[in-house]
Amino acid sequence: MSISCKMKGGGMIEISGVGKRFVLHNQGGVVLPVMEGAALSVRPGECVALVGASGAGKSTLMRMIWGNYRCDQGSIRVAGVELCGAEPRDVIALRRNRLGYVSQFLRVIPRVPTLRVVAEPLRAQGLAEADALARARALLARLNIPQRLWSLSPTTFSGGEQQRVNIARGFILDWPVMLLDEPTASLDSANRAVVLDLIAEAKARGAAILGIFHDADARAAVCDREVDVTGFTPARDLSA
Amino acid sequence: MTPLLKVEGLGKFYGRHLGCADISFTLWPGEVMGIVGESGSGKSTLLNCLAGHMPPDTGRVMFDTRDQGLRDTLEMSEPERRWLARTDWAFVHQNPRDGLRMNVSAGGNVGDRLMAVGARHYGDIRRQASDWLGRVEIDAGRIDERPRAFSGGMQQRLQIARNLVTGPRLVFMDEPTGGLDVSVQARLLDLLRGLVRHFGLSAVIVTHDLAVVRLLADRLMVMKDGHVVEEGLTDQVLDDPQDAYTQLLVSSVLQV
Ligand SMILES: Nc1ncnc2c1ncn2[C@@H]1O[C@H](COP(=O)(O)OP(=O)(O)OP(=O)(O)O)[C@@H](O)[C@H]1O
Ligand SMILES: Nc1ncnc2c1ncn2[C@@H]1O[C@H](COP(=O)(O)OP(=O)(O)OP(=O)(O)O)[C@@H](O)[C@H]1O
Ligand SMILES: [Mg+2]
Ligand SMILES: [Mg+2]
Repeated sequence: MSISCKMKGGGMIEISGVGKRFVLHNQGGVVLPVMEGAALSVRPGECVALVGASGAGKSTLMRMIWGNYRCDQGSIRVAGVELCGAEPRDVIALRRNRLGYVSQFLRVIPRVPTLRVVAEPLRAQGLAEADALARARALLARLNIPQRLWSLSPTTFSGGEQQRVNIARGFILDWPVMLLDEPTASLDSANRAVVLDLIAEAKARGAAILGIFHDADARAAVCDREVDVTGFTPARDLSA
Repeated sequence: MTPLLKVEGLGKFYGRHLGCADISFTLWPGEVMGIVGESGSGKSTLLNCLAGHMPPDTGRVMFDTRDQGLRDTLEMSEPERRWLARTDWAFVHQNPRDGLRMNVSAGGNVGDRLMAVGARHYGDIRRQASDWLGRVEIDAGRIDERPRAFSGGMQQRLQIARNLVTGPRLVFMDEPTGGLDVSVQARLLDLLRGLVRHFGLSAVIVTHDLAVVRLLADRLMVMKDGHVVEEGLTDQVLDDPQDAYTQLLVSSVLQV
């Protein structure tokens, strides 16, 4: 792929010196430093797990890579594109063409049927509707979403059903880079196995994957390495 | 790539009262930009200056015209600007009454715009009008009824059909879902979302509803007291707001 020549260090995700703090203007201007000197790299075909205690900053780091949290400091390169300080249209293009994301919860859009929710990333790339819907059906079937639900909006679905719709949407495209936030949470063992297979297949075709998995067995099954974000926690002034 | 719209240092005063000031941004083809902010923050003022309804006091509004590339719309002649407004631009008003001809049939409202750009063949015009009524989910059987007979949501959908029938490249919308019931809003939003994606429209949408921007806008601009206080990727502004006012705005609504 032509972009590989632009990538330093060979990673599809290359992070260095990343810092992040939140300033709560309406709560007395409290400053929360949550990350400092974050660094990691994910190569094609590799799955890396972010680990660390609750509140350590796993989701924060993942959101900075997705681009909905602003990166205050350092460099985050995804498929050769620098995200720190990027223009909206660069992030939009990256999300349309290279970067997939399975968020922890599905954001449901009223009135849009499940099949269309899942097919949307393919449609956004310009694939014909019939082909996009065919792939969506195949994936929904594989994830054991009953066919009678496909034409309904996921608004009324159970948590596990919504999460599987979300996963179908995330895996409908062969993204070169994927972010997975708790993809196996709230799934029964049969569906969990399907998701782990999907991850393994994505790795096999060369995707670079960064994931958060509370489930240690899932981590052991698909991840090649772990990165503990506790190492990126800023030194806190305990006397304050 | 040439930007579709390039705004530099735009400002507007009403006498000594500030409407909006120091507004600069670049809109690229296919982008949808939302503008949010409290009542009186200058959103409609800005939109009306962009769309040529009102001359700003300072700044430039450059539009990528089909034949001459980027041109300052304020330096165009009045007929040139009117032509743009009928062809490449569309404006969806909050109140459908401001954007529709209430004593003309639904079909006439849509056909009207086609005729303004030179369509003459009655059969073609009627066919296109009927096709567009279908797209905005108005039963083609009601083509000869006047908008007066329609519900608020239908009127708004008719206004959208009237605006989009000529294939504009840039759509301005001022509170397109305001004044409608929540369920009607959801339907309209879904429709707008589909149209925006399908035609790859560029749009500037003013709204006070953060759920609307989350659904429709790629980018977001937050205004307060006539000024832009924050702008960026929509989900970044909503999920990680930097400015004190934006933080207040985002935290005062239930999760969007
Ligand atoms: N939008 C925000 N505004 C303020 N603080 C935030 C925001 N998002 C995250 N934080 C803070 O950043 C820190 C890291 O949170 P984060 O959600 O990244 O943790 P996590 O490792 O994902 O935890 P968990 O395992 O519980 O999901 C926490 O102290 C959290 O309160
Ligand atoms: N024609 C006018 N003459 C004088 N002042 C005006 C005029 N139109 C608007 N203003 C003032 O300019 C400021 C900006 O108004 P504008 O209509 O742009 O606000 P807005 O953000 O669209 O508000 P809303 O959300 O209530 O529609 C307000 O203080 C308003 O009172
Ligand atoms: Mg988390
Ligand atoms: Mg207004």
